[in-house]
Amino acid sequence: MDFEFSAEQQQLKEQARRYLADKCPTTAVRAILEGSDPFDRALWQGLGEMGFLGAAIPEEYGGLGLGYLELCVIAEELGRALAPVPVSSSIFLVAEILKAAGSEEQKQRWLPKLASGEVIGTLASVEATGSVRPSNVALSAKAGTLTGAKSPVLDGDIADIAIVLARHAPGKDAQGLSLYLVDLNQSGIERTVLDTIDPSRSQAKIAFKDAAAELVGAAGDGWRLYEEALDRAAILTGFEQIGGADKALEMGRDYALQRFAFGRAIGSFQAIKHMLADMYVSATLARSNGYFGAYALSTGSADLAEAAATMRVSSTKAFQHCAKNNIQVHGGMGFTWAMDCHLYYRRSNLLAVSLGGLNEWEDKLIDRLRAKNAA
Amino acid sequence: MNFDDTPHEAAFRAEARAWIDANAPKHLLPHLEKAGFGGIELGGLDPMKEAKAWQKKKYDAGWACLHWPKEYGGRGASPIERVIWNQEEGPYAALSGSFIIGHGMCGPTVMDWGPEEAKRELLPRLAAGEDIWCQLFSEPAGGSDLAGLRTKAERDGDDWVINGQKIWTSGAHYSQWGILITRTDPDVPKHKGLTMFFLRMDTPGVRIVPIKQANGQSGFNEVYFDNVRLPDSQRLGGVGEGWKVSLTTLMNERLSIGSGMSAGFPDIFEFCKELELADGTLAINDRGVRSKLAEWACRQSGLKYTGMRAISALSRGENPGPENSIGKLVAGSSLQEIAMFALDLQGQAGAVSDPKLAAMAAKFQAQLLRSPATRVEGGTDEILRNIIGERVLGLPDDMRADKGIAFNKIPTA
Repeated sequence: MDFEFSAEQQQLKEQARRYLADKCPTTAVRAILEGSDPFDRALWQGLGEMGFLGAAIPEEYGGLGLGYLELCVIAEELGRALAPVPVSSSIFLVAEILKAAGSEEQKQRWLPKLASGEVIGTLASVEATGSVRPSNVALSAKAGTLTGAKSPVLDGDIADIAIVLARHAPGKDAQGLSLYLVDLNQSGIERTVLDTIDPSRSQAKIAFKDAAAELVGAAGDGWRLYEEALDRAAILTGFEQIGGADKALEMGRDYALQRFAFGRAIGSFQAIKHMLADMYVSATLARSNGYFGAYALSTGSADLAEAAATMRVSSTKAFQHCAKNNIQVHGGMGFTWAMDCHLYYRRSNLLAVSLGGLNEWEDKLIDRLRAKNAA
Repeated sequence: MNFDDTPHEAAFRAEARAWIDANAPKHLLPHLEKAGFGGIELGGLDPMKEAKAWQKKKYDAGWACLHWPKEYGGRGASPIERVIWNQEEGPYAALSGSFIIGHGMCGPTVMDWGPEEAKRELLPRLAAGEDIWCQLFSEPAGGSDLAGLRTKAERDGDDWVINGQKIWTSGAHYSQWGILITRTDPDVPKHKGLTMFFLRMDTPGVRIVPIKQANGQSGFNEVYFDNVRLPDSQRLGGVGEGWKVSLTTLMNERLSIGSGMSAGFPDIFEFCKELELADGTLAINDRGVRSKLAEWACRQSGLKYTGMRAISALSRGENPGPENSIGKLVAGSSLQEIAMFALDLQGQAGAVSDPKLAAMAAKFQAQLLRSPATRVEGGTDEILRNIIGERVLGLPDDMRADKGIAFNKIPTA
């Protein structure tokens, strides 16, 4: 037993941190937030060239063929840096679904391009306000074409391909759902960019009109593949959240050391000190749950579903807690556009809903604990 | 990152499991699995006698105080092996509550600072459960501000003469030995004038008075020292080094208490699976209940894996650090919140504390009344947050009115 990343994995993490400190300071995040570019193209290309995107993609498909633990440490650094790039959509979701369920032809065609960053992928599942469930997925698949709309789709405006959760058989049940791969650069696709709480990661509505599509995995297997993909992505995204939480905590700590009021550093007041201590506690619990999640992901453990839900709840709360209290520690300055606090606050709340809200994951966690208990 | 056993660890686990299977007091298992908060009930059997018998059996077979060196009664086991043993011992560990302070804190302190002869004589007896030890630290005027303690030790020839009072001493009433921190020099700042000793609890002049706690039980004591005479050979560490010595104790306390603590999730989870709400649904199917359960589940597993990470750090040769303060901080308030929530779900019946009548043998009622102490003993929530803030995050110390002032010049009222 060893409950820590290996020395090599920690070196990789440091390498990713140095790379991102150089290529993705918060001024780069701010440039995407404030400017017209939907994502940081140079950073994206660099991440592909460095092999970070393809870390967990096998060598035969153009990746580095490392593993999930390596991808976890990279994810943590991306989260820490608030990297304004579509890694979660393209790598944590689309590449993962193709690895798990794609045909040999699909894997050979798309994985090398996803690994290099040449192609961006996204997952399109949402059609209505509220949780995604079989009964509110209506986008229809007929004779190899898709018709309907998905919104919001994270990175939907910049993606080249999408994996779409669609209904191939009428009704409201899960058996009627399948996953389809769609080339978004075709005439049957219309995209509308959406205003969101975190413009450093863009989102779009995608309308499909008789858009050509091909099955991913077996027909009728869509819901299962989708849920399993969410579990794996929850762990990887969880590391982004842990990275973000740690950075928000450090920002709060640093400000509390440097800001003086009533003749002393505000970090010497227990009200501030204890707030920061509680942020540390949240971040630590999330990290520890995350380590078990990383292990479960890397071994395909029977505990994966439980570990994913545990980590998701824990890391979502930790990032939200640290990001909102980081603003509180900064006082009025924390609410200015010029300070970076709101970048973390925005991202923490985007990630908190991007794979389904906390209430959905709490439900999954309790269901899974019950199932294990009954077994 | 590997939560699985290596072949060596698997072999160790198999050996531990086989020995426990062949030797554990299985007749006590139904009681131990139900063990609630604040003491165990063994269907009329004497818990202390059963605890000592299990400890002695473990000691004789080399399964006591696993991480201690063999010459002092341990097994010389690695931190990971200790985790494996704890996992395998499972509910039987509930028998060992009275030994935690001795094995976890007093033993390691004596091992680091005691004279060799005393170590060879006393530590194996402690490991075997023949002696129970207590920790004489807190005082009426020195709790959170431990270094403000006033019990004084004065040199008299080769002896020391102790006068004063300790309080909140767990298990003093059934302990044979204790470690004691005293003030030997009131003319220097408070941390610098302290000296540590060990002593038999039946030394003439020691008087033990149990405290009746707010929950009606008596696990803590007041201990009075009236001209208690100790030879200099019972000193731990140098004169004036008591604070440094006490840090060994407190550092071990963090690992010993914090890492093993449950946040109380399994009990409330079990309870919610059975309880029906007003609308006829089971509590566990209620959205609001689920949200709370999920939070406690995450704390429970987060603490478990934080403890495991601390063990990995120990394996790499690092000392148990201040970051381990989170264990009790998280567990204490969780236990209290869970108890209050369980009573709330029980409705008006929640007020009933008779184990024969109340749900789950009144476990939550006992937990409600005991948990305030968890948030105070061994470092209050506030002191733990200070430790995290100052020692982990590097925030400035609190403003102290007594800094650098000789102890006997510090204002007291």
